[in-house]
Amino acid sequence: MTTLQKVLTIAVVALGTQITRFSAFLVFPEGKTPPKFISYLASVLPCAVIGMLVVYCLKDAVFSRLHCLPELIAIAFIVVLRKWKKNTLLSIAGGTVLYMFLVQSVFI
Amino acid sequence: MKTKAFKAAFPYTIPIAVGFLFLGMSYGFLMKSKGFSFWYPVCMSLFIYAGSMQFVTVDLLLSAFNLPAAFFLTLMVNARHLFYGISLLEKYKNTGWKKLYLIFGMCDETFSINCAVTPPADVDRGWFMFFVTLLNQIYWVTGSALGALLGYVIHFNTTGIEFVMTALFVVMFLNQWEESSEHRPALIGVGASFVCLMIFGSGQFLLPAMALIVACFIFLKSKKEAAQ
Repeated sequence: MTTLQKVLTIAVVALGTQITRFSAFLVFPEGKTPPKFISYLASVLPCAVIGMLVVYCLKDAVFSRLHCLPELIAIAFIVVLRKWKKNTLLSIAGGTVLYMFLVQSVFI
Repeated sequence: MKTKAFKAAFPYTIPIAVGFLFLGMSYGFLMKSKGFSFWYPVCMSLFIYAGSMQFVTVDLLLSAFNLPAAFFLTLMVNARHLFYGISLLEKYKNTGWKKLYLIFGMCDETFSINCAVTPPADVDRGWFMFFVTLLNQIYWVTGSALGALLGYVIHFNTTGIEFVMTALFVVMFLNQWEESSEHRPALIGVGASFVCLMIFGSGQFLLPAMALIVACFIFLKSKKEAAQ
């Protein structure tokens, strides 16, 4: 990407984000209830999107030589760490450090 | 009036400060390690100000230029803001010019405070929510800047550091899984995306995956209504 393309991409992401933040206030001013299907989508999409983003993160690893093996080991570690300590930041840090160790020292 | 509102708002933001500084630093450091200068993470935290999407944007910036895909992905990833907006319609009413910034900075953590906390009667509500929003964004921008600066100073083998994004989403996924008894949305998200990844490949699967997810929800909703 050129610098202009990068700036445009960032601008489009910023614009899209603000559309999602402002639309409720612009489209449904006082007293108007939003259509049921819109409310339904807004309530179920967050869970689905996080699932989609997990797959998005693994999109290249799936087709690689190791087919996600280091990723799956690190994810399993995150699941265990989170069950054990119930700490979001610790789980993220622990999983990342283990993954970096795996790809730097084990699966070379 | 302002000082009082600031003093009332600050304690509520302390837990957010810890999380935002940590995640913001990871984000800034990740961007620097991927070859972006200091100003990229700082400007993105100022103008986009949506954590998950900013992490995804790092990846978008390293892939092929595709504005429509970036736009629709942003709408999907941030669709929950629509829900926050609906919940805050009443609360943000009559806050004057501050309303613009309150909506601009309506991220998950700010929403959770502004939605749940009612300030004491002698504290101005508008200024209270304004400072909650402002402080949270200051933490996020500061964290991003610190992380990027750290990237200039500390040098070590950063291979695999991009996994911090995967780890973040896995933990968010687990948190949501435990909070909700209805697992179908989460399973649809993973399942539909995986199917599309297999069919369309890693470069092209996002748009079809988003379409398939929405189609699944249209189907689910119509089935539920037919059953009633």
